[in-house]
Amino acid sequence: MNIVVCIKQVPDTAEVRINPETNTLIREGVPSIINPYDMHAIEAGLRIRESTGGRVTVITMGPPQAESALREAISMGVDDAILITDRAFAGSDTLATSYTLSRAASKLGPDIIICGKQAIDGDTAQVGPEMAEFLNIPHISYVKKIEEIRPDYIKVQRLMEEGFDIVESSLPVLITVVKELNEPRLPSLKGKMAAKKAEIKRWTASDIEADPERLGLKGSPTWVKNIFAPEIKKERKMLEGKAEEQVDALIEELRRLGCV
Amino acid sequence: MDYFLTEEQMMIRDLSRQIAEEKIVPVRAELDEKEEFPWEIMKILAQSDLFGLFIPEEYGGLGKGCLELCIAVEELSRACLGVSTSYAANALGTYPILLFGSEAQKKRYLPDIASGKRLVAFGLTEANAGSDAAGIQTTARLDGNEYVLNGTKQWITNGGEADIYTIIAITDRSKGPRGASAFIVEKGTPGFTFGKKEKKMGIRASVTRELIFDNCRIPRENILGREGMGFIVAMKTLDNSRTGVGSQGVGVAQGAFEEAVRFARQRVQFGHPVISFQAIQHMLADMATEIEAARALVYSVARYIDSGAKDISKESAMAKVFATDVAMRVTTNAVQIMGGSGYMREYPVEKMMRDAKILQIYEGTNQIQRNVIGQAIIKEAARGK
Amino acid sequence: MRIVVKTDICTGCETCLDSCPYTAIVMKEGMAFITEYCQLCRACLSVCPEGAIIEIAEESDRPSVRPMDYKGVWVFAEQRHGKVAGVAFELLGIGRKLADTLSVELSAILFGSTETEANELIKWGADRVYHSDDPIFETFNDEPYSQLLSRLVLEHKPEIVLAGATPVGRSFFPRVAARLGTGLTADCTELRIDVETGNLLQIRPAFGGNIMATIVCPDRRPQMATVRPRVMKRGEYRQHRKGEIIHVEAKGLQSRTRVIDSVKEVSEVSVNLQEADVIVSGGRGLGDPKGFRYLEELAELLGGAVGASRAAVDEGWIPYSHQVGQTGKTVCPKIYIACGISGAVQHLVGMQSSDIIIAINKNPEAPIFNVANYGIVGDLNEIIPLLIKKLRAMKGQ
Repeated sequence: MNIVVCIKQVPDTAEVRINPETNTLIREGVPSIINPYDMHAIEAGLRIRESTGGRVTVITMGPPQAESALREAISMGVDDAILITDRAFAGSDTLATSYTLSRAASKLGPDIIICGKQAIDGDTAQVGPEMAEFLNIPHISYVKKIEEIRPDYIKVQRLMEEGFDIVESSLPVLITVVKELNEPRLPSLKGKMAAKKAEIKRWTASDIEADPERLGLKGSPTWVKNIFAPEIKKERKMLEGKAEEQVDALIEELRRLGCV
Repeated sequence: MDYFLTEEQMMIRDLSRQIAEEKIVPVRAELDEKEEFPWEIMKILAQSDLFGLFIPEEYGGLGKGCLELCIAVEELSRACLGVSTSYAANALGTYPILLFGSEAQKKRYLPDIASGKRLVAFGLTEANAGSDAAGIQTTARLDGNEYVLNGTKQWITNGGEADIYTIIAITDRSKGPRGASAFIVEKGTPGFTFGKKEKKMGIRASVTRELIFDNCRIPRENILGREGMGFIVAMKTLDNSRTGVGSQGVGVAQGAFEEAVRFARQRVQFGHPVISFQAIQHMLADMATEIEAARALVYSVARYIDSGAKDISKESAMAKVFATDVAMRVTTNAVQIMGGSGYMREYPVEKMMRDAKILQIYEGTNQIQRNVIGQAIIKEAARGK
Repeated sequence: MRIVVKTDICTGCETCLDSCPYTAIVMKEGMAFITEYCQLCRACLSVCPEGAIIEIAEESDRPSVRPMDYKGVWVFAEQRHGKVAGVAFELLGIGRKLADTLSVELSAILFGSTETEANELIKWGADRVYHSDDPIFETFNDEPYSQLLSRLVLEHKPEIVLAGATPVGRSFFPRVAARLGTGLTADCTELRIDVETGNLLQIRPAFGGNIMATIVCPDRRPQMATVRPRVMKRGEYRQHRKGEIIHVEAKGLQSRTRVIDSVKEVSEVSVNLQEADVIVSGGRGLGDPKGFRYLEELAELLGGAVGASRAAVDEGWIPYSHQVGQTGKTVCPKIYIACGISGAVQHLVGMQSSDIIIAINKNPEAPIFNVANYGIVGDLNEIIPLLIKKLRAMKGQ
């Protein structure tokens, strides 16, 4: 089976903060990691290969430093890794990114494409389904368990709001995966040594035969007008009154914090 | 301190550390409490290729040497000696095959050992033969195309969990020190059973059992080397594994030291964190110095062994005796620094102190190690070195 | 568009270096230089004390023209098992505001369900409902939903289309956006019309919620956005509101996926403590193990996990895996609610870096109040059940 996994290198967002005075990102030596959901995607790809045979290729669209994410994937045991990189991709929003990745994926002729549910920097969860649309293949989001997979058929559990659905699909198909699906393996020593030596292929915009009008800033219908710090006031307040009043006040705070 | 490790050695260290921190630390207290063999962690070590570290590439291993093994063992020991003992005992059981096995035997057993598919154990000690290894009474009698084993081995690490056992038994009592031979015995061979699991002071995640041979028949081809080589196989095996025990000492000492420092910074008495008191600082200073000295010695000896040196008994004994004595002192002082909290099972150091004790006892007690060093000194002086 | 450092202004102070999340700014010959790694996120623009970092428009940049032939605000009304989901009413609330600001109509799109439910949408604020009751919509499959919605959009040209950021919305809405070649902003927490341009301002969290961003989609239509449930308030419900229900044909839709079964699962509140955004934690003040059942209920309502102090674990009221503190887990959720926890140092060490700490304790001297952002001095047995009751009422349960 020809398995393609899409990953993204992201800053470790737990560490990214904003300076409320200047409204800019503070990025003091924030490490870059493979998007955590994509780790589950890589693991899913490896397990499918273990059960059905085939090859796992990992692709990522990013600047040259994203190569280290691909090497980490190789150390986990994937067969091949491709960096899709080009000055023309800068400024891509999700639409342009999905278009670019779908062009790259189509060159590989995959049976199944696996994406993580969302990237922890953008948090949009859009690239997977948009890729599927561009490739004109079906997709299933939020897969929490793969019950069956054959060269022409897949049956999964799709996480829904109050439980899950059991969904089947023909192949080729694209799935996005959630953390419940599996526990990603640690790299192996042989994998790490292979990752060190590996030659990472690079594909540019012309390699993937992309329409330049649909790439980068030009191909991005949305863009960021501005960024600012979220409003969490770190105040200290005792909620007074009778029980009923205290609870109402608390619910109001929880509401303001986006919790209810 | 920088020991100028190669990139690959750093890779091994980082991966072992990752496994230790992510997979071993969260479960070590439970493993100790329940005295459970850490199968899940063995599987992770296998998948990470750590079992094949010191096995030649042609048999599926990574072909690395003593220093690499020490680095891995040290990182795992920093998390839990019970787990690292289960891992390191494999090396102990594998060395006889690695050093003395025939091509056919190596091909037959090493690949599965390298992949972690089958665990190994080394069987020398008996009830009446601990330090006095020559006093073993397990016999192996040649009968046609088979050897028949009879006897009982005591306190064998990984006993019952391992699939492959390298056993030292007497083949000809009249030949004295040339009267023993080494054999490979597989679990499941009729006549080979196990005693109960021992209850221990420490390394409780590691499994220790008796091996019972009752007219156990094994193929003639299972002998390692030739008849009479048994004690040489044992001595060479122990020579090679001693640095591993030393690195266990370095690891557990490092782990205990770090816990003590962390605690001393947080614990406030008399209005100050206790780490600001000179008494504590002096203890920590001695601990840190000793750990570094132990590490430096273990690494140097490991490098010396890897350079192909022939005569390593004295040096490996030095590494073992020094590092393990340090481990006992450091873990005890870690408990002392943490005071009442250190004594409570809720904190990891009392377990480290209980675990560390065995390091001074097994694979040759530290008294025997001193004998070894003493005898080597005499030999060298006689040779006018 | 490019972002460049004006070398005649740059003083080499290096202030901008750390502001770039992609390490795209380096020092070259004593001055800042933006490399090819730049992703045009514009984080650096306001950092320079001398104003040396600027945007340069390039010829190839798009002209900013607002497409005039798209009109109307649409809300995709999700239904589950025949009932319209609560988030649809919240979207109608914000949709009504946006439509009124733009002086256009508000329509709801309903796939599946019944005419009665469609009528509810009108009562909650829709001027019109496009409704298809085709059986293909009984279960949720991405392809038929996205095919029909795209078809309707192309036919009727709304300028704004909103959906709930639910497993359904987040799954098929992007397909629609891709099909229509337009922009989609997910998980908006605020939506406003930009008075100058008439464009929709889509405000959402990024970088795990540590940053807020305002997104616009000036040149393509429709402007699509998803909104998380319970972020927007429902609008006014008027029993006698009049509106139009338009029946939509669902011909020629295909689906290569099929839902075989739907399984309802009572969530075990087995959310990983260290990944939870909200933790409801109990201590000795709970009084007895039954208290934790209330906390579980509360945690479930808030979408979080249950924690405990050592005292509660030692009493045997809850397993050790829930213990937060020096000898338990260290957590850093967005919200930590400490119930009946005194706030001993050993516990604080495990949770004091939480974004917001809420404490409920009957002892006003409890040290936990020294670190809490919001404190309630009161009887847990009164407060917690009341809180649960009110939250359930809000959820419409």
